[in-house]
Amino acid sequence: MNERNSIIGKIDWVTVLIYLALVMIGWFSIFSARYNEAHPSIFDLTQVYGKQLLWIGGALLVGFVILLIDAKFFNVFSLWIYIFFLFCLFAVLVYGTATKGATAWIDLGGGVKLQPSEFAKMATALAVAGYLDRLDVDLQKRKDQIVTAALILIPMALVLLQNDTGSAIVFVSFIFVLYREGFPGAGWVMVAGVTAILLFVFTLVWSQKVMYIILGVLLVLTLTYYLITRKKGIVKMLGVFAIAFMFVFSVDYAFNNVLQEHQKNRILVLLGQLDDPKGVGYNVHQSKIAIGSGGFAGKGFLEGTQTKYDFVPEQHTDFIFCTIGEEGGFLGTSVVVLLYVALLIRIIILAERQRSTFSRVYGYAIAGILFVHVAINIGMTIGLVPVIGIPLPFLSYGGSSMLAFTMMLAIFVKQDANRLNVL
Amino acid sequence: MGIFIAVGIVYVLKLFFLQVIDDKYKTMADNNALRFVTQYPARGKVFDRNGQLLVFNEAVYDLMVIPKQTIIKDTLDPSYPFDTLGFCSLLDIDKTSFIERMNKAKKESYLKPSPFMTQVSKENYAHIAEVLYRYPGFYFQTRTVRHYPNAIAAHTLGDIGEISPAELEKDKEENYYKQGDYIGKSGIEKSYEKELRGEKGLKVMMVDVHNRVMGSFREGELDQEPVAGKDLYLGLDADLQAYGEQLMVGKIGSIVAVEPATGQILAFVTSPTYDPNLLVGRERGKHYQELQDDPMKPLINRAISGTYPPGSTFKTVVGLIAMQSGSITPATCFHCSGPGSLPIKCTHHHGPSPDFANAIMNSCNPYFYESFKATLNNPKFGNIKNGYQYWKDMTYKLGLGHKFNTDIPYERPGNIPSREYYDRMYNGQWNSVTIRSLGIGQGEVLVTPLQLANIAAFIANEGFYYPPHLIKCFGDGTPIPEVMTTKVDPGIDPRHVRVMKQGLRTVFSGPAGTARRYEMSDIPQCGKTGTAQNPHGNYHSNFIAFAPADKPTIALAVIIENGGYGATWAAPIASLMIEKYIRGYTKREDLEKRMMEGRISYKNER
Repeated sequence: MNERNSIIGKIDWVTVLIYLALVMIGWFSIFSARYNEAHPSIFDLTQVYGKQLLWIGGALLVGFVILLIDAKFFNVFSLWIYIFFLFCLFAVLVYGTATKGATAWIDLGGGVKLQPSEFAKMATALAVAGYLDRLDVDLQKRKDQIVTAALILIPMALVLLQNDTGSAIVFVSFIFVLYREGFPGAGWVMVAGVTAILLFVFTLVWSQKVMYIILGVLLVLTLTYYLITRKKGIVKMLGVFAIAFMFVFSVDYAFNNVLQEHQKNRILVLLGQLDDPKGVGYNVHQSKIAIGSGGFAGKGFLEGTQTKYDFVPEQHTDFIFCTIGEEGGFLGTSVVVLLYVALLIRIIILAERQRSTFSRVYGYAIAGILFVHVAINIGMTIGLVPVIGIPLPFLSYGGSSMLAFTMMLAIFVKQDANRLNVL
Repeated sequence: MGIFIAVGIVYVLKLFFLQVIDDKYKTMADNNALRFVTQYPARGKVFDRNGQLLVFNEAVYDLMVIPKQTIIKDTLDPSYPFDTLGFCSLLDIDKTSFIERMNKAKKESYLKPSPFMTQVSKENYAHIAEVLYRYPGFYFQTRTVRHYPNAIAAHTLGDIGEISPAELEKDKEENYYKQGDYIGKSGIEKSYEKELRGEKGLKVMMVDVHNRVMGSFREGELDQEPVAGKDLYLGLDADLQAYGEQLMVGKIGSIVAVEPATGQILAFVTSPTYDPNLLVGRERGKHYQELQDDPMKPLINRAISGTYPPGSTFKTVVGLIAMQSGSITPATCFHCSGPGSLPIKCTHHHGPSPDFANAIMNSCNPYFYESFKATLNNPKFGNIKNGYQYWKDMTYKLGLGHKFNTDIPYERPGNIPSREYYDRMYNGQWNSVTIRSLGIGQGEVLVTPLQLANIAAFIANEGFYYPPHLIKCFGDGTPIPEVMTTKVDPGIDPRHVRVMKQGLRTVFSGPAGTARRYEMSDIPQCGKTGTAQNPHGNYHSNFIAFAPADKPTIALAVIIENGGYGATWAAPIASLMIEKYIRGYTKREDLEKRMMEGRISYKNER
């Protein structure tokens, strides 16, 4: 009892309350999105909203248990947890069931299916944190750099093999951790990544020829600048431009031969290059209608016509944000966005006050994961990001994501509660 | 941390733009999820003057389509792909017809409902509605069609049909009608369209992505109940109308009977006619075409669109104006040399210089030519042209040469030539001899049977008339338009009209009366025969009449095209109509049988 009381006193209630608020918003939104007049109770277990309640209950229980477990457990066993979920990812590739093109599920029987990739993110965060926490590990050493990168890239590759591109992209979020922990070149990779995305987008919108001209002009300006100021590093700059030219050159090829048809279409729709509100653009179009029709104050709880009547596909899972937008209006959506931003900032603040490298790295890792999820999910519903099927943390319907995100957060809250015990 | 805040701000801004600034999504959402279902009101019923039902409604079902919603691209949707073949066999149409109907609907509107198949029968409706959920974008709309239990008075009752582009254009301001709506096309359906149709209602329903109705929007807050149309009581006597139609079988022409005291039309017969039920339902177009192609032209309402030379019935008008202008008195005698008269010969045998009463009874041509001439040459007008102007003005006041514009669509004005017309015609060189035919109702003068019946009513009333009209009253007591209840006094002294009335009585009662064979001992009738020359063959047989003589309850005009003498067909038919209306049956069964079975052969008959 004493132990429990102390835990309740030490945990960060700001994080927990934001978490609970998001979970509740999610549950009510699912109820509204899939409201069935024949089953008007939100506790009806035959409906998705009742099932979500079970998942929430299960997740809270698991989260509570995590708070009771010794904080060092996760550090000590991080590698084993990681290996266990890698094994699960393998198992999915062999035995998994396919849903919507991705082979990402393990059928546990009794109608319960789990998606190991949701847990793999948490496991990877633990493994990276555990590895960097070791006293003999130094990110300036080549060997440790390779191991760290491998810890991230192996599960990412396995998820890609499942054809679950969305979940694989989430692993990119580890770049934030690596940047924070001083992984050499992480900053450059981020800049290069953003530059690459920009080059990619502009090439698709304006065509290669225009891009060659723009790059050429930039090259001439840069060279002139270097020649006049007689600065060093002109060779490096030439290299950068060479890569940029090659990148642009390969965009068309990559776009047409590497990406799958639906991925290409989603990107083209986002960039306004393809207007097909009935076909490939249907999801985004309907999603924007639902959110846009909410107005300032929304249509009111259970009053949404777009989400309730199935105009928005996946409205209780990946597109749950539409229900919030339609029924809660701008007030509802901005509250949700602010809650997420507050949660992320809180996690970073907590992470920075940790004494152990494990806790700090883990905190940054989950902040990155949550950020990518939220940014991509909400971004796609309002047409800022191409459609990528990943859930909105704590809100979307789904047992795996609810359980995985709760565990992910609970472990961090436990680490934080225990921070003063770390020597 | 900065990137979290930055992305947060960008997203909130985008949401603000999407949700608060841009309101196009709101409209899109309504188009998505709300279906505005028009609630059609019950069209008013129509009764005859005695409350006998003439027109009522029957429910039919229109299959509507929203083209946008029939296209499903989501392969996960259970209704993907649209089962065109199954749908065609369900409706019993072929694929070409499906595509045609679909294209028509798309052309109308891609997003809004248009009729795909109208007036589906009750049986088919039940059968189709059961499985319609499989075909997104389609739904049924209930509507009523007209039904005519008696199958009489087709032209009077008129019909309704889908609104035409021209009518839609006309409705632009009020914007009441939509493509595919029904509107009165002729008869009282047209003239009382606004009263009969009522007001449409609206039901706002919520539909899901499969176009299934999920309930009413905001508990029906925006719904509008339809307002039923007003019932209509006509002046028509259904039994008399049916009797008139029977009498006219095998003849081309018209009977118009009015109640002199009110101007209400008691019988409005045009022959040949047709069963009004033919122009209802899905076969409407086909039947309409058949009627249109019929060489006897049954679609024409001869009571208002047929313009005929009135012949000797016009002598009433000529005589009255002559008396009113002071050009003749009842005692005036004109010389008649019988068939040798000039410039117009007489077709009857009577004394050499008849007075007015004698001339009317014998329908003496020279007498009325002389009366006409005396009017035109009356010194008080100064010259013949002024005299003619006076004469023409008087005929106009008597309801000739123009439309009554009451509640009868497609009326024709007939023709009383203007003096300018004669000036042009004869280079200004004309006199009473030039236009002598007018004096006996021939030449350029043309009247409709309705106008002629009104002359009869005018004489029956001894000096006034009410513009003839079809309506008696509205079911809800709304007053009828004033034009129909306003007494018209053409300015002819009742004394003169009484003289005329006495003259018309002798047509039946006099020893030489042209209609003496149809005199009834218990119902005193007044009338005037007409035997009108015309360019289409044998004389038109014309007759105007009213009865009982002292307090007339019915006044009528009968025109039988190419029927020969007025006394051959028109007079007996008019007399039978009078007897039927006053007595309720006829004692002259032989005459009735002869009239009903009589056939006149027409050259364009096949």
